Amino acid sequence: MTEQNTQKSEQKHRKFRIAFSRKQLCIPYGLFLVLFVVFPLLLIVFYAFTDADGGISFDNFARFFTNTTTLSTLLISMLLALATTIICIILAYPVAYILAKSKLNKGGTLLMLFIMPMWINFVLRAMAMKDLLTLLGIFRFNNYLNVIIGMVYDYLPFMILPIYTVLVKMDKSYVEASKDLGASSFQTFRKVTLPLSMSGIASGATMVFMPTMTCYVISDTFGNGLVTIIGKLIDEQFTTFQNWNFGSAMALVLLVIMVISMWITGSFKSENNARGTNI
Amino acid sequence: MRKYLNVFYIALILLFLYAPILTLVLYSFVDTPIISIQEVFNKGLSFGLYKKLFTDGDLMKIVWDTLLLAGIVAVLATVLGTLGAIGIHYSRGKFGKSVSAVSRIPVINAEIVTAVSLVLLFALVFTESRSYFSMVIGHLVITTPFVVLSVIPKLKQMDSSLYEAALDLGASPMRALFTVVVPEILPGILSGFMLAVTLSLDDYIISAYTKPQEFHTISTYVYGAMAKSNANSSLPALRALSAIIFVVIIMVVVVGNIRSRKKEAK
Repeated sequence: MTEQNTQKSEQKHRKFRIAFSRKQLCIPYGLFLVLFVVFPLLLIVFYAFTDADGGISFDNFARFFTNTTTLSTLLISMLLALATTIICIILAYPVAYILAKSKLNKGGTLLMLFIMPMWINFVLRAMAMKDLLTLLGIFRFNNYLNVIIGMVYDYLPFMILPIYTVLVKMDKSYVEASKDLGASSFQTFRKVTLPLSMSGIASGATMVFMPTMTCYVISDTFGNGLVTIIGKLIDEQFTTFQNWNFGSAMALVLLVIMVISMWITGSFKSENNARGTNI
Repeated sequence: MRKYLNVFYIALILLFLYAPILTLVLYSFVDTPIISIQEVFNKGLSFGLYKKLFTDGDLMKIVWDTLLLAGIVAVLATVLGTLGAIGIHYSRGKFGKSVSAVSRIPVINAEIVTAVSLVLLFALVFTESRSYFSMVIGHLVITTPFVVLSVIPKLKQMDSSLYEAALDLGASPMRALFTVVVPEILPGILSGFMLAVTLSLDDYIISAYTKPQEFHTISTYVYGAMAKSNANSSLPALRALSAIIFVVIIMVVVVGNIRSRKKEAK
């Protein structure tokens, strides 16, 4: 009897220790996130609502929302990002669909071909694309077109991967059931496959939309210095004009846009399939 | 018919993705600052750029610095991220959930916002805001969440009774973790590591904001040289570097593919 009791208490003790020790592993990462993600973001909020002397002020936002240059830059960035995202979806969906459904992608080799370009430095790749466009004579038409081509080129793999992941995981019996019930291939696609793959499209869109609004490396490379996006404006405030308060205010505007777009895409219940983490 | 259409479409998109890289590879054999068809005839094909790449001391230093940084960052991110993922997976309470939620911020956030927020932090804490330390931290912020994201699915797939069985058989939690859990989730850890290497090598914005003034990664060097449009820069030699990287990647993929085919055959 007593022996049993001690055994039980020992077990209890052990279980407690186990649960504790595994959770504990999270602590270094948790601390890291608080120090280097949460706290710096709070600093952005603080700087955005203060002026150069440290007093509380809303001038930064007043300046942002009354200035036509900043507002038009924001609008242009959003339009460029929207165009890039839509083109990426249109180009990537068939690729992901073919890779997921057909025998072409045996053992995932073909999929690797779509990921491989990402392993070459993106600044070098962007430069090469610019050289190629110049070589082909496409580059001289329109700076915005150039930027969109550059953005699509850079971010297309980020759209292919999440859609592919969702399509591969999809239960085939839904499609079979739909066909058994007399739906045509197109109807099946529109009513079954497409709605079920919305989460992939949504997480792909988040991976493409925000970077295209802000990645000024691409817009500088492809825009002949004439296309300014919101990321560039923030960069200028921190590097050229040294106005950290105004720069932080713009960063905060971007953060709000990010939260809104997360809220929209979050309604599609996106899973963790960003940037090929499931490969 | 439909099959051919599929093949055609896939080929077309691959052409779009690979044409610039193939241009780089082709022009890595033409020693010229300008990429044009005429230059091929003017200068002819040569290994001149490869020679320049390997004899240019500054350039080689930049290449090694970038690789070393990516290595350090990837190792740290993998350790931190794997531990974080295990912690998140096994803590059912609010703590794990909030860590996992915060962990998603750097993934979705615009890189410039992350960069700027780190500048504010380091300027507040240090007198000299740019250092090797700040650069490593910056890279960790953008890479570690991806390690977490690639490890968590493997933890979910794992049979949870394995760990308990190890404990019942008398292993300490530490030992059970290293001999049972870690081997089970190793594919996730490895792909997380690779992802961290790629993201670190590829990064421009975070590096530009956190790196020491004199330090250069390949990205910051290329971008700087491009902005100055410096004709005498070693930029063309980096075409040779891209070509080498490209060939190495192809070899890795081919070898990996052959090995997985052999496994399947068995």
